[in-house]
Amino acid sequence: MRGMRDESSASAELVVREQGGRTILEPHGDWVVDTIGRHDSAIRAVETSNDPCDIIVDLTHLGRVDTAGAYLLGRATRRCPTPDADFHFVGIHRTARRLIEEVRLRTQVCGPEEVRTFGFMKAMARIGAGLEAAYQEAVDTFAFFGKTLTTGLTCFVQPWRFRLTPTVWAMEEVGVNALPIVAVLSFFIGAVVAFMGANLLQSVGFSVFTVELVGISVLREFGVLITAIMLAGRSDSAFTASIGAMKMQQEVDAMRVLGLDPFEALVLPRVVACVLMAPLLTFGAMVAGIFGGMLVAWTAQDISPALFFTRLHSELDISHFWVGMSKAPVFGLVVAIIGCRQGMQVQGDVESLGRRVTASVVQSIFAVIVLEALFAMMYLELGI
Amino acid sequence: MSDDILISVRNLRSAFGPHVVHEHLDLDIRRGEILGIVGGSGTGKTVLLNTILGLKQPEGGEILLNGQRLAEMSERERRQIDSRLGVLFQNGALFTSLSVLENVMAPLREHIDMPVSLMEEIAGMKIGLAGLDPSAADRFPSELSGGMRKRAALARALALDPEILFLDEPTAGLDPIGAAAFDNLILELSQALGLTVVMITHDLDSLYSICDRVAVLADKRVEAVAPIRDLLNNPHPWIKEYFHGPRGRAALAGKEN
Repeated sequence: MRGMRDESSASAELVVREQGGRTILEPHGDWVVDTIGRHDSAIRAVETSNDPCDIIVDLTHLGRVDTAGAYLLGRATRRCPTPDADFHFVGIHRTARRLIEEVRLRTQVCGPEEVRTFGFMKAMARIGAGLEAAYQEAVDTFAFFGKTLTTGLTCFVQPWRFRLTPTVWAMEEVGVNALPIVAVLSFFIGAVVAFMGANLLQSVGFSVFTVELVGISVLREFGVLITAIMLAGRSDSAFTASIGAMKMQQEVDAMRVLGLDPFEALVLPRVVACVLMAPLLTFGAMVAGIFGGMLVAWTAQDISPALFFTRLHSELDISHFWVGMSKAPVFGLVVAIIGCRQGMQVQGDVESLGRRVTASVVQSIFAVIVLEALFAMMYLELGI
Repeated sequence: MSDDILISVRNLRSAFGPHVVHEHLDLDIRRGEILGIVGGSGTGKTVLLNTILGLKQPEGGEILLNGQRLAEMSERERRQIDSRLGVLFQNGALFTSLSVLENVMAPLREHIDMPVSLMEEIAGMKIGLAGLDPSAADRFPSELSGGMRKRAALARALALDPEILFLDEPTAGLDPIGAAAFDNLILELSQALGLTVVMITHDLDSLYSICDRVAVLADKRVEAVAPIRDLLNNPHPWIKEYFHGPRGRAALAGKEN
């Protein structure tokens, strides 16, 4: 039995000598896992430059040895057809011979690692694979959307199947709890827009147009965009994480077996909550953004709140407000669909959960920006 | 077997708030033996293991490793001790983001200074020792079956050539054939490498086939430690129930046939 490895000063030495045409390896000291590291190359050199049958290991001076040490000593003779024959060993050691044999018996050499090649073709192949994966993701997301839609229609026809409690819970999570942060962000964006506009417009003498600038940008774009991005960063990742965790614990499988449709129980409440709450959050964001713009206009340009609101009423068409609001449910829907779908894609391991949450946030922000551009083009064509 | 004591637990008291798990618990683990720990659910088998490993601070009493008090050791000594202990957690606790080979290499990378190529070879050797096919080395834990995961975790536990191997329910969740093979593997390894093995188990077959002694946890302490044949005559009601219940009898009959 080995003693405890108390001697922290343990060290392994290797003496290599030639005798009568044979190479003798003479390990000194303790050949254990924390001492053998530096003899790897020496043994490899002996191993490759000599006939394996002419290598002899002298165990006389060997101290303690463990499996790692035994592996390294045994490796010297491994190319010989009879690596454990008696003529390979000199000297007597309590455990070394047996350990070397035992280790060799159980060792399976791992195959060489796949050689990675770099080059133009490889890069092209990666780009192609990435594009194909992106295409497949898009197709799958649409399929998921379709399935959610049919589940929603089923619940519309059979209202008793709709789950109210989880929906209300999700509405609180997505809407009420998100309102403060959305409002604060939008407030600052409104203020920044007013500042930028004030500087620019003052120089040409039209500082009063700050009102239109703030009104149009916040109502048409920023209110809804800030809401959508917050939804993507906050609620969408939460959807992916919570559904993904349930998927990991096989809760989703258990639901299916028990006859509960996970689309009905998990996906639909979240999607409905997002679609309903997104316009409300957008409204909150618009109010906060205009308030922020108004404060800046008041303090930096002496446009009084009364003048600000009068001008807002007289100069701005209500259509700007509706343009902004019309986008909110669409963004809510897209964000919720992507979040739930990524959650359902989680596999059994922690790694995939992290990957899916990242993918979910990236995809939903990407989708929001692309849709935003499409909306802008559409309303431009429509002349609204 | 020698009577050389490797780990001794003295007068241990563990508690979670008002809930006392162990009181006046004594246990000696001898060098080179395979000690099985049994006990009903909630008797604190895993708590005892965690306390010996230093993952949990005991509320009282002391643990001596080779005559040295664990509580009095410095951080550095403690870390040296840690590299002598190999642990197989209940569910393997493999790092999911690393392949099996990288999992086995992780402790080597952390503690040992050696060329990476040698590290890979040694990790491959440990994977072989644990009875895994070399093709499993490049796979990730999520791609392995339960039995393979246990073997991979065993390979990682063996990475630093520990002197003591702790196993928490090594055969739980394995089919009987896989469980018997795993038992054999542990027995062979402990003989070949001179390991001291402490295993928590509910598997009566493992107790009969590989354990030198069995410690029974009951009534907040170690009620008995003895070779299993001696425990059969123990009058304690739980021990009687455990070994003479239907499953206990079946395992005994299976062993005798």
